[in-house]
Amino acid sequence: MMNSKASKVIFIKSAIAIVTASVILAGCGKGGDRAAAIPADAVEVKIGHVAPLTGHIAHLGKDNENGARLAVEEINKSGLTIDGKKVVLTLVPEDDAEDPKTATQVAQKLVDAKVAGVVGHLNSGTSIPASKIYSDAGITQISPSATNPDYTKQGFKTTYRVVATDAQQGPALANYVVNTLKAKTVAIIDDSTQYGKGLADEFEKAVQAAGVKVVTREASHNKATDFKAILTKVKGSKPDVIMYGGMDATGGPLTKQAAELGIPAKVVGGDGMCTEKLSELAGDAVMNVTCSEAGMALSKMAQGADFQKRYKERFNLEVQNYAPFTYDAVYVLVDAMKRANSTDPAKILVVMPDTKLNGLVGNIAFDSKGDLKEGVITLYDFKTKKKTVLDVIKL
Amino acid sequence: MLKVIAFNRLSQTAYLCLGLLALILLPWLVGFTGGNYWVRVLDFALLYIVLALGLNVVVGFAGLLDLGYIAFYALGAYSFALLASPHLPQQFESVAAVFPEGMHFSPWMVAVFSIILAALFGIILGLPTLQLRGDYLAIVTLGFGEIIRIFMNNLDRPLNLTNGPKGITAIDPIQFLGISFAKPLDLGFVQIPGLYLVFYLFLLLAIAVAIICTHLQNSRIGRAWVAIREDEIAAKAMGINTRNMKLLAFAIGASFAGVAGVLFSAFQGFVSPESFTLWESIVILAMVVLGGIGHIPGVILGAVVLAVFPEVLRAIVQPLQNVIFGHVLIDAEVIRQLIYGLALILIMLYRPGGIWQKSGTK
Amino acid sequence: MDIFLQQIINGLVLGSIYALIALGYTMVYGVLGIINFAHGEVLMIGAMVSLSLLRLMLDLTSGLPTWLILLIVLPFTMAVCAGVSYAIERIAYRPLRNAPRLAPLISAIGMSILLQTIAMMIWSRNPMTYPQLLPSSPIDVWGSGATITGKEIVIIVVALMVMSGLLFLVEKTKLGRAMRATAENTQIAALMGVNPNRVISITFMLGGALAGLAGVMIASNYGNVHFYMGFIPGLKAFTAAVLGGIGNLQGAMLGGLLLGLIESLGAGYIGELTGGVFGSNYQDIFAFLVLILVLVFRPTGLLGEKVSDRA
Repeated sequence: MMNSKASKVIFIKSAIAIVTASVILAGCGKGGDRAAAIPADAVEVKIGHVAPLTGHIAHLGKDNENGARLAVEEINKSGLTIDGKKVVLTLVPEDDAEDPKTATQVAQKLVDAKVAGVVGHLNSGTSIPASKIYSDAGITQISPSATNPDYTKQGFKTTYRVVATDAQQGPALANYVVNTLKAKTVAIIDDSTQYGKGLADEFEKAVQAAGVKVVTREASHNKATDFKAILTKVKGSKPDVIMYGGMDATGGPLTKQAAELGIPAKVVGGDGMCTEKLSELAGDAVMNVTCSEAGMALSKMAQGADFQKRYKERFNLEVQNYAPFTYDAVYVLVDAMKRANSTDPAKILVVMPDTKLNGLVGNIAFDSKGDLKEGVITLYDFKTKKKTVLDVIKL
Repeated sequence: MLKVIAFNRLSQTAYLCLGLLALILLPWLVGFTGGNYWVRVLDFALLYIVLALGLNVVVGFAGLLDLGYIAFYALGAYSFALLASPHLPQQFESVAAVFPEGMHFSPWMVAVFSIILAALFGIILGLPTLQLRGDYLAIVTLGFGEIIRIFMNNLDRPLNLTNGPKGITAIDPIQFLGISFAKPLDLGFVQIPGLYLVFYLFLLLAIAVAIICTHLQNSRIGRAWVAIREDEIAAKAMGINTRNMKLLAFAIGASFAGVAGVLFSAFQGFVSPESFTLWESIVILAMVVLGGIGHIPGVILGAVVLAVFPEVLRAIVQPLQNVIFGHVLIDAEVIRQLIYGLALILIMLYRPGGIWQKSGTK
Repeated sequence: MDIFLQQIINGLVLGSIYALIALGYTMVYGVLGIINFAHGEVLMIGAMVSLSLLRLMLDLTSGLPTWLILLIVLPFTMAVCAGVSYAIERIAYRPLRNAPRLAPLISAIGMSILLQTIAMMIWSRNPMTYPQLLPSSPIDVWGSGATITGKEIVIIVVALMVMSGLLFLVEKTKLGRAMRATAENTQIAALMGVNPNRVISITFMLGGALAGLAGVMIASNYGNVHFYMGFIPGLKAFTAAVLGGIGNLQGAMLGGLLLGLIESLGAGYIGELTGGVFGSNYQDIFAFLVLILVLVFRPTGLLGEKVSDRA
């Protein structure tokens, strides 16, 4: 017994020693985080941005982050003054790996870092769990791309988005399938995420209401690579159209494998699939695809071409999908700061409902839940193997 | 002579008091230097200590390599998530009718329930695998862990039980005697943030588990486990009921994980299958192996180091690379994995007893 | 009915790949008596290395037919994988031959993590697209409505050829005799003049080469690679080896093909069999269930081999 007490004491001591040492190191580490030099008379205001920076859709996450970064850099260059003080914005980019658990951890990290507002997350499946943490902390969250209706239905004052919702996107896709493609039967597959399943459900409701028969409803997951088993079942049920609720990283291989199995059906998908990278992922089969985006097409935006040019100059990359929306989201936050004449998150939150801004994506004003008043759905096809605008639907 | 013994006793008690005092003050120190984020890291480190000690019972004491240990953690976490969140009432009207005010089972009740549940699953896992050799046992337990995770991930259709990959949110926070650990506790002269309360609670749990493990180790059960680990045939010949002893090891190890899971669920307020992957099982195994397999203080050391170290790494390595190279060459996550892999190999090659091994190990 | 045939075809393709990987596990188990936990990562390295080589070749040449490029890249890839497998044995297993059982297993887990991390550093953390060099347009099978693609035919044919080659090697050549002798009883084999270390190294290298081939096949079939791609196929192939009877070459081949079929047919029909309770999203579970069932009810596997308890 004496021995165990002694060893307990030793372990307590050593545990503390290690932890304290690491905490001190951590303190130093935190200090070293100040990458950019902030001038002495200016106030640093942090804006958080969260998207998947690793994993299957890292290219989309990076696209979002770049849009936000461009806005922050432009605002800093032209100078920002709030309440008589010069303000320098710092973007705090975080990676949620398209995973709800990581999203909550990262959200907590941003709250602890005392950001003034957050642009993000990219997916509905990450924006929703994270929103509780931002709501508890009273920090404004503007998602540039989360389309699931539940995001703004939670009764939180902090949830906003600058895109349309799946309650609008689903019916728009269904309308296309029923009236343009004249399909009588559809097969629906989703990736089991909040977004994918949600969009598929909305589509299913709308398409059934129009009298179309859903011959197969299957579930995959967002890291799948082999769809042969599911697609073979789909093949057997002979649908006119296949609808997929999910991202391009899974939608692309699914489209390709459907063609390999000789399935003649057309493929429709939502904004998660509607990216430039889809043609690379799906190969020649991409010509079968029609997809929608929950916002204005870049080519149809008044300042679109100019934004594209500036983006390309800064990052040497093509705009994938939602970069203009994160760009606008940053401007919305800054506009709120100006109207509140403060960088305090609580004061920013108060003036958010009265936002009236003319951004890249159009007129930005919010309804009582935090959704856009004037949303737009754009349809695209890939007949030329590149993403081309098919139709613009104003809501 | 007496004076020497008395003095030793005194200094040991003094050390103990000092140690306890340091532990009590720790969250304040850490909160001051590093902020809330680091107190949160400590809270998780304490949970990992419990998990590592539990796995140590199975791997270190009884010598059974379990690569699916995280499944028991998942069972505990989901138990509480289902019994203390709006998920089930929202999905099933029949449930909402029975619980008009929502489901708010107390974490203590659920903890007891999950001890039994986890122990039961531990036995279920143990029964068919008793005669399997080390390697096979490892793979089968791995499969078991993955099966549990896949079920958690897919039990959202046709009936939505676990909400699948979306996870369950809005889980009740820890409550004790009416005090919610999500809000600061106002004692008049000092305000204790919720995170610090959680730290003390987890600390008490970790100490309790450590004491239980120490008693187990020095008991007949512990010695039976050593016998089985060293030479099972000889142990059987000595009259030890190897089957029951192995099942006991699985059950006890699992129950520690179950309790930890309940507290994890309440602390994080959110559970999803992603928290219970094979990688997590491997991390806990690494804590046991690297710290000192079978040696309780070593295991605790291993848990603390491996829980805190990646965070320290992340805080140092990236700014450091920014300073030296101008941008981040290698992600902190990648470096962390690199170190895990290297450490496991090197320790097995050069110091198989672990960093802080049992005295008397060759 | 054409769905059934289609699922059979899908299963055969999967199964051929599993069989190739399972051979590596079973050979190593035969001569060393341990499970090479890091075998799946060799597959991933094969896919990655071939990706780099293909990119290089595609940049340098422009007139060569695509299948020829693949044919040129393949031997290099397999050689690299053989080397990696050899290194794994020397670093993680040989020094621990006399250590307690847990040690080589934990060391192998560490090796697995290390290889994944190295892949992350050299190539990328994110998935990468793999060039499509084999024909992937569907070919109708006997007018039944089921289709197969050119690349799938190549996979099945190449796998069968390689497996026959391996069987020939093991049954008819001097090296094969040495391998079988070492598997039977290492000490007696040494007395007979066989160098066990050399045989063990060669066994690892052979298994590694096969895994590399399998990696290229998987990458070609799905069109993408990422650092984690070796783990699940590795696990499933291990199941296949156990199913067929570990230590038994024909068993590994049979087990591989069977497992592929079980997975395909299972995923395809589970919805109907369970009335919609379980769907094809449970596909990954089949391998684990098969593993547990086999080990509990018939540990020697289908073609039988001892799962001996070496104390």
